[in-house]
Amino acid sequence: MRMSGAQMVIACLEQEQIDLIFGFPGGAVLSLYDALYDSSLKHILTRHEQAAVHAADGYARISGKPGVVFATSGPGATNLVTGIATAYMDSVPLILVTGQVASNMIGTDAFQEADITGITLPITKHNYLIKNVKDIPVVFKEAFYLATTGRKGPVLIDLPKDVQNDQAEFCYPEEVYIQGYKPTLEGHPGQIIRAANAIKKAKKPIIYSGGGVVHAAAWDELRAVAEKGCIPVTTTLTGLGAFPTDHELFLGMPGMHGTVAANYALSQADLIIAAGARFDDRVTGRLDCFARQACVIHIDVDPAEIGKNVEAQIPIVGDVRKVLEQLLLRMEAGDTGAWLEQVNLWKKQYPLTFENSGDVIRPQYVIKELYRLTAGEAIVTTDVGQHQMWAAQYLHCKYPRSFASSGGLGTMGFGFPAALGAQVAAPGRVVLCITGDGSFQMNIQELATASRYRLPVKIAIINNSYLGMVRQWQELFYNKRYAETFLEGNPDFVKVAEAYNIMGLKASRPEEVEPVIRKALEHDGPVLMDFVVASEENVFPMVAPNTPIDEIIGGGSK
Amino acid sequence: MKRILSVLVEDKPGVLARIAGLFSRRGFNIDSLAVGHTMEPGISRMTIQVQGEPATFEQLTKQLHKLVNVIKISDLTEDPNVCRELLLVKVKSEPSTRGDIQQIVSTFRAKIVDISIDSMMVEITGDEDKLNAFLLLMQEFGIKEIVSTGKVALARGAKATTLAAGDKDKKK
Ligand SMILES: Cc1ncc(C[n+]2csc(CCOP(=O)(O)OP(=O)(O)O)c2C)c(N)n1
Ligand SMILES: [Mg+2]
Repeated sequence: MRMSGAQMVIACLEQEQIDLIFGFPGGAVLSLYDALYDSSLKHILTRHEQAAVHAADGYARISGKPGVVFATSGPGATNLVTGIATAYMDSVPLILVTGQVASNMIGTDAFQEADITGITLPITKHNYLIKNVKDIPVVFKEAFYLATTGRKGPVLIDLPKDVQNDQAEFCYPEEVYIQGYKPTLEGHPGQIIRAANAIKKAKKPIIYSGGGVVHAAAWDELRAVAEKGCIPVTTTLTGLGAFPTDHELFLGMPGMHGTVAANYALSQADLIIAAGARFDDRVTGRLDCFARQACVIHIDVDPAEIGKNVEAQIPIVGDVRKVLEQLLLRMEAGDTGAWLEQVNLWKKQYPLTFENSGDVIRPQYVIKELYRLTAGEAIVTTDVGQHQMWAAQYLHCKYPRSFASSGGLGTMGFGFPAALGAQVAAPGRVVLCITGDGSFQMNIQELATASRYRLPVKIAIINNSYLGMVRQWQELFYNKRYAETFLEGNPDFVKVAEAYNIMGLKASRPEEVEPVIRKALEHDGPVLMDFVVASEENVFPMVAPNTPIDEIIGGGSK
Repeated sequence: MKRILSVLVEDKPGVLARIAGLFSRRGFNIDSLAVGHTMEPGISRMTIQVQGEPATFEQLTKQLHKLVNVIKISDLTEDPNVCRELLLVKVKSEPSTRGDIQQIVSTFRAKIVDISIDSMMVEITGDEDKLNAFLLLMQEFGIKEIVSTGKVALARGAKATTLAAGDKDKKK
């Protein structure tokens, strides 16, 4: 069938079973939006392009399907950058379609021209500038294949105006042929046997699992390996939910604000089975002191992750799910009884704690109440800061693909738009956005999006009047010199919500917390909850940056 | 330590920027880079010389592999290889020195490709040692300008750095 480039884009998306786009129009995508007007694809109009990417990102993390974003050239495209970098760091599959000035204007500093393929080179898995309308189907087929296979990630397609208008015959390819791209999915059988032997021999093994387990939908296999081997499990921030948090083998999150049990166990383990995790510095602390006695089995679909930060004695390149499946067939439990006893002792000795108060609301109390009243059924998105860490510590999720947080890039402003995307992905579920008074204002304009589409997300602002996490570091490492972290001038969030026709609720005293949450959960539309909390509360336990992870401040050290 | 890589890439727009950008992002300096066609249409070969520690170098190679347009990477450093560079040297000359220059040029099996009143241009190919030795001698006369192609290299013997049959069936 003959059609325009813009119509082809829509046809390609339909071929890829996409039914939803997040975006924001402009001069260079008029044709694209005109083609969209005739289609049955749903489009969610955000109020800022950055929010469109975060929303698509939230959608992808929760649904497991790729998120799609449209934006115009120049400022539209550059507004995507933070969102793309966020998705790239956490390996989230996205397709970003940007308009570009007409082909004959490229390179002339034309109105709203930006070299977006150049700009996003280091933050996309791959990107394309399409010069010929005939290339559109092949490029889209490749882009979806790249975004959703191997180590997933964002792929950007830049479409000049004239290419959107040119006509050609449309034929969607059935196969992809990319000469330089062949992800390894099966684990090497010899390595699987070596891993199984190491597990059998280990006395103090630990599974350290990350976001890769979620991306590969390997939670069942993860659980089976842990149970079969009697091996305790710690999951990173992006891996939360992949292992049941109420499981007796679960240790909580490792690293800077991880549990004492997880950090002690990693430090003293004789075997670390890293599954879809990348030994980020927030997890390892000081690298030369990290897990010195441990043999490391590192399973990852991206060979470049293996040996990058921590040397792996048994590297296994492959899809985490396939590899864990292979391992299950070969492995036998070692003698881990004494180790499990030790680990359980740490769990009992050093639980997460905070001091409750009758006068002021403790932020941790709000999070615990949210957990209690949603019974772990909610989808949770977070922003970045103290509230994020408290959410990771206390707001457990019963199911995988229920927790979305910007782990690698740590992007303030992620949480709220991501919650909108999550709600679209899971219309029937409660979506909680745990945000800070600082972070929320980085995409506060999306209240309009929530209002227009009546997306019933429940926003919980942990309002401490500070850029709390930065203030905490100033308190601990900069002599309490609170340079530019007090958020004087914050708005009345309830009034802001009401201005957008969204229910706003406020709690300033501990006894108001539960009624506010209940009211929010009963309401069938979006709700903003403003929890005015103790302003100088700190997140503990804490491992200071670049120190060994068994040197823990607050929460019990040896 | 110095490394020589032979990299086969798809001849697509931006591929040079992708590769050069990766090297600089990961903190590697490119000493020399040469790009040219191969026998296969649409595929170019880059010969790249870089400096780096072995561990970081391995990381770099893996990252390079991740670039979608990169098809094959061969590290020629450890293998017997033939490595050449072509140099054009413009050297000062007077009637009294021309003979000396000519003699050196012929000893090095180089070629004089242009002569003017006060200079000569010499074309020479060879490995790094030979070119350095030649340049040292030319400095005696005064070098006015130099341009070089960058190194190109191939493994000796049967080892092929071109595509094997298996590199091509990357179909879904
Ligand atoms: C876009 C962006 N800018 C700056 C930072 C640095 N930063 C990390 S946490 C934080 C404070 C966040 O404040 P708030 O959202 O109020 O959360 P709190 O820590 O108070 O819970 C800042 C400024 C960041 N992570 N992202
Ligand atoms: Mg705050």
